[in-house]
Amino acid sequence: MPETSTSALPAALTEHRRRPVRTVPAGFWIIVLGVVAAALVAVFMTIELRGNLGYALPRRAVKVGSMILVAYAVGVSTVLFQTVTANRILTPSIMGFDALYVLIQTVLVFALGGGALLSLGAPIRFCLEVLLMVGFSFLLYRWLFTGGGKSLHLMLLVGIVFGTMFRGFSSLLQRLIDPSEFIILQDLFFASFNNVDAALLGYSAAAVALVSAVAWRMRHSFDVLALGRETAVNLGVDHKRAVTATLIICSVLVAVSTALVGPVTFFGLLIASLAYQLCAKFRHASVLPIAVLLGIIALVGGQLVLERVFDFDTALSIVIEFVGGIVFLILLLRGNVK
Amino acid sequence: MTAPAVPAEKPAPASAAAPLERRRFLRSTAALVLGVCVVVLLAAVSLFVGVGDLSLSSLMSGDPTTHMLFWVSQLPRTLSIVLAGMALSVAGLIMQLMARNKFVEPSTVGTVESAQLGILAVTVLLPGASMFLKMSTASVFAAAGTALFLLILRRIPLRNTLIVPLVGIMLGGVISAVTTFFAYRTDLLQTLNSWMIGDFSGVLRGRYELLWIVGALTLIGYLAADRFTVAGMGQDFTTNLGLNYNRVMALGLVIVSLISAVVVVSVGSIPFLGLIVPNLVSLLIGDNVRRAVPWVAVFGAGFVLLCDIIGRTIRYPYEIPVGVVVSAVGSVIFLYLLLRKRGSHA
Repeated sequence: MPETSTSALPAALTEHRRRPVRTVPAGFWIIVLGVVAAALVAVFMTIELRGNLGYALPRRAVKVGSMILVAYAVGVSTVLFQTVTANRILTPSIMGFDALYVLIQTVLVFALGGGALLSLGAPIRFCLEVLLMVGFSFLLYRWLFTGGGKSLHLMLLVGIVFGTMFRGFSSLLQRLIDPSEFIILQDLFFASFNNVDAALLGYSAAAVALVSAVAWRMRHSFDVLALGRETAVNLGVDHKRAVTATLIICSVLVAVSTALVGPVTFFGLLIASLAYQLCAKFRHASVLPIAVLLGIIALVGGQLVLERVFDFDTALSIVIEFVGGIVFLILLLRGNVK
Repeated sequence: MTAPAVPAEKPAPASAAAPLERRRFLRSTAALVLGVCVVVLLAAVSLFVGVGDLSLSSLMSGDPTTHMLFWVSQLPRTLSIVLAGMALSVAGLIMQLMARNKFVEPSTVGTVESAQLGILAVTVLLPGASMFLKMSTASVFAAAGTALFLLILRRIPLRNTLIVPLVGIMLGGVISAVTTFFAYRTDLLQTLNSWMIGDFSGVLRGRYELLWIVGALTLIGYLAADRFTVAGMGQDFTTNLGLNYNRVMALGLVIVSLISAVVVVSVGSIPFLGLIVPNLVSLLIGDNVRRAVPWVAVFGAGFVLLCDIIGRTIRYPYEIPVGVVVSAVGSVIFLYLLLRKRGSHA
């Protein structure tokens, strides 16, 4: 893999370079992690497989498919979000993106009624929600990230409080909603990996493919964006447009993963931080695939261990929350945040 | 040198300031009395809001069922709201003095989450535990969690104002992940939920009396308020002033932990209350701690009373838990406090 010079990267993105230089190229990690991920998926599909294959296999395929999709959406959205906000600790979910999605769902059910919303059909509903989400999050986060004193700690705290506020208003509205409508709502966003709708998975995959195509066309500007606003502008990138496009991509990805499995706060932070550690040089071409593969390994492997070894069901998000919270604390305490 | 001029000039403004000081004191006392009146009014409204058919006339006429409803349900409820609101707000103020940070309070440093873990532990290990045992365990856990936070705080390389609450919120998140994990395994998630969201609807005579303890603790907090300010300045400074630093910190820790634990055991957690009330008071009357404590208590009681009345009327005859109302309103105020400075710079 050709090593381009990264000397101009901002301090936040070159943190690892102070440590001993790792000689293992990123390509090696991509291959190793890819093999591990594929092996885990294979084990997950085949372990203790008996009885009616026609019943069990499609169910498992949907489950694995949704995990891969979530790992992809969370991994890519976190890394891109950290690139445009020039930091390694803010993530879409810490900034309250998924809480916002839940709030929008709740407001829609509150305003239109659950039945009316369901009768729109999944594709239209999903488009409507994503549009609202993109519009609102865009206004909100543009305002935050382009404002005057951009202290990272202030951003973080504001993000966490925004998340709390969105959750507070969601639960307030949810208690105002008719109990029967509330059940509809609950089904909309508290789905776990165990009961993902196959049709919804299809729509989500289509949405992810669409924004991925956009991201692919932008792929050359991401590394430049990571150099910081001034440098990026000097190098001929339309910074405002690129940041806008990236935030929209992130919103769609967050909406997809939240619609599929519900909010997961620290998952993105966890896999993105690990991915940066594994990459000797920060390049999106290597960081993005590594983050996604790590996400697949964490989700499929974690689910496998929890289901088969400990005989639990859906506690994976709690474990991720615990580990991710500790990683976050360590990042804060080591002073990685400036 | 200008040094001799200073003592010569000093007595003049001091003597002029004395009556001014007294007038200001009288005026603030009058305002405080007015505040107390507002709280009493709100408490009176709170006494007569409810699903039960309770009005002043039926109470006067001596109808026995109305009387029972009043003494068993309505009065304990209003009393517990006032006690919890006062105590949590003062606990927040004490935390802020000890950590020298305006953005901390029991629910942003892990104290409340630790208390919840404590209740879970005692519920799982000793299912038939008495209220007292539950409360003591929760207090011990709360004190341990808060101490852990203060320890971490000492090790933070750069003590930025904003990193302190961040670390606290994250610590709380990690602790509550542990709680959720074990609650999930032991099928106690629903029970856990009732400690997570403060709710006064379950308060009855015989189930709230522990809250009088937090009333007493609030008084102790008032009497010791100045010491917490001094302790917040650091160990050396405190020792120089002739105070025992460790003893003051321990006293603060015990007061805050006991208040949080008792409130969580009796009604559940009410987030942000201890944060927004002292901050609003300091915006209004400044940072003199001794003067601020009664205000914080009055504001806290009034705020929770108001939120509870809103929660009980907005979806009548159903009821929205006060914790939900406070967290929705409180986070908006918290955001305002955070972004206020930024707005004035721009």
